[in-house]
Amino acid sequence: MIHFDAVTMRYPETGDVLRNVSFHLRKGEIAFLTGHSGAGKSTLLKLITVMERSSRGRVILDGQDLGLAKEHQLPFIRRKMGVIYQDYKLLYDRTVFDNIALPLVIAGYGHLEVTRRVRAALDKVNLTGKEKKYPLALSGGEQQRVGIARAVVNKPPIIIADEPTGNLDPELSAEIMYLFSQFQQVGVTVLIASHDISLITQLNHRVLKLDHGQLVTS
Amino acid sequence: MKYSRKNQARKNVRESSLRQAKKQTKIAGGDFFDKLHAYRDVHAHALFSSLGRIVAEPFNSIMTISVLAIAISFVSGFHVLAVNIQQLTEHLDASNQISLFLRDDVSDAHANKLAESIRKNINVQNVKVISREDAAAEFQTYSGFGSAINELEKNPLPIVLQVLPKKSLEDKRGLEDLQKEFQQSPEVDVAQMDLQWIERLRSIIDMVKLFASILNILLVAAVLLIIGNTVRIELHNRRDEVIIEKLVGATNSFIRRPFLYAGFWIGFISGISAWFIVTVLMLIVRQAVEKLSSLYGGSFHMLFLSLTDTLALIAISSLLGVLASWTVVSYQMHSTKLKKQVRLQK
Ligand SMILES: Nc1ncnc2c1ncn2[C@@H]1O[C@H](COP(=O)(O)OP(=O)(O)OP(=O)(O)O)[C@@H](O)[C@H]1O
Ligand SMILES: [Mg+2]
Repeated sequence: MIHFDAVTMRYPETGDVLRNVSFHLRKGEIAFLTGHSGAGKSTLLKLITVMERSSRGRVILDGQDLGLAKEHQLPFIRRKMGVIYQDYKLLYDRTVFDNIALPLVIAGYGHLEVTRRVRAALDKVNLTGKEKKYPLALSGGEQQRVGIARAVVNKPPIIIADEPTGNLDPELSAEIMYLFSQFQQVGVTVLIASHDISLITQLNHRVLKLDHGQLVTS
Repeated sequence: MKYSRKNQARKNVRESSLRQAKKQTKIAGGDFFDKLHAYRDVHAHALFSSLGRIVAEPFNSIMTISVLAIAISFVSGFHVLAVNIQQLTEHLDASNQISLFLRDDVSDAHANKLAESIRKNINVQNVKVISREDAAAEFQTYSGFGSAINELEKNPLPIVLQVLPKKSLEDKRGLEDLQKEFQQSPEVDVAQMDLQWIERLRSIIDMVKLFASILNILLVAAVLLIIGNTVRIELHNRRDEVIIEKLVGATNSFIRRPFLYAGFWIGFISGISAWFIVTVLMLIVRQAVEKLSSLYGGSFHMLFLSLTDTLALIAISSLLGVLASWTVVSYQMHSTKLKKQVRLQK
């Protein structure tokens, strides 16, 4: 599903952030991406969401070479994945409901369907009853869960998460991880960037470890 | 206890997601009406939310819309002016009369004889004699200086023969020859072609129209630029929103849509305001104009913007709004790729 083939990512300002990274994540597989701060985790995820393109090597998603994808194809590539961002990327002038509904509205779902799915997603992340609030009226952890709900509301075949549990207490983290594994069980491919060693060791998933841009365990 | 409730909730969610999955396949399977409704919802939402944004910032919106309304009211004001001048001058169209102003010493009887001889000219259709008394009476009724003429000892007006040339004599050369011929006869002081001053008037009107058209082009350009700039600022203010929408898979047309509606609303409201401005101004000047026209014996009724004109005015303003915002948003989306914006962000 996600295939990195000798990928190098170079920023003109910082040099090589990823060096010759290769791995393959099959459909329905779940994996953690770890490494020290600045190791290149977020950058690797940006290549998958096509926020950046690799300087060398190929990133193949669901059989499609992302380096060759045209600008007008990107929306449809992005609809295949639910992405949880380290900085949430919520719309602060819209309610929780509208934030979570965004991917559905964009994909052209009808009003009833949107309402039903958003309710279900809210329930999954334990935010029922907060749909009319604005993100700024929520705690960091609650905002993060809004981001998670938005990522899963569309039932995408791929979930990409950048520090999804960074602001959550252990109990909530465990619940979110449980949610991810539930998705994995129905065939969703999940890639989670995380520092949270205890969480990673506790769950016996595959681990990809980055060290200064190089993959040291896969 | 708490835990088991959660488990129950999860179970419910699982079941409901299953139901949704079925529903989803129904939609994906092409339930045409569901899709159509969703499409309509998205448009309706963009339509009203963009109006909401305009209303939410009344100060900015009122300023922009006032400027636009003034510019548009100039354009439609010129149009109304042109329509009224057209109305004023159109009955002059057929007139190719030649007026012969006779010398002071020519008597009425002599004038009648002259008229008789001119009638025999093969190029002449008819001749009308206007005696001094007729002329004075006409002057009194129409000029608005009625009593002035009574103050004079002697009627200063000459006898006039109004010669209507044959319709066959259409070209200017023929008319000019005829005029010269009349000018030659000793009784005639001045032979004047009415066509001449009509033509002069026409060319003045044409010049004014050209001037108005050029001004109109400039005004339309100004309208486009003002709307474009307003939308550009709006786009800038909502950059984060645009980026996030792109990240969750929005196509360019989805992102463009609310801005197109914003442009539409700005144009639409400005168009309506412009109609008000023009109509109110015309109501103010109407009395004065019609009074003036009655003094000259005219029955001139000012023409206002017709229904078609009004609809066209509003439609064109709205269209200009859409056009301006489409251009700006498309340009901005091409020139600033998402990538750069995101890099700046984090
Ligand atoms: N847009 C950019 N331009 C230039 N350099 C960048 C850019 N983004 C990231 N970098 C550099 O790439 C390196 C890796 O950054 P990245 O964000 O991928 O790290 P990370 O592993 O996600 O770290 P963290 O755990 O702190 O989130 C950093 O040294 C950073 O300076
Ligand atoms: Mg990071």
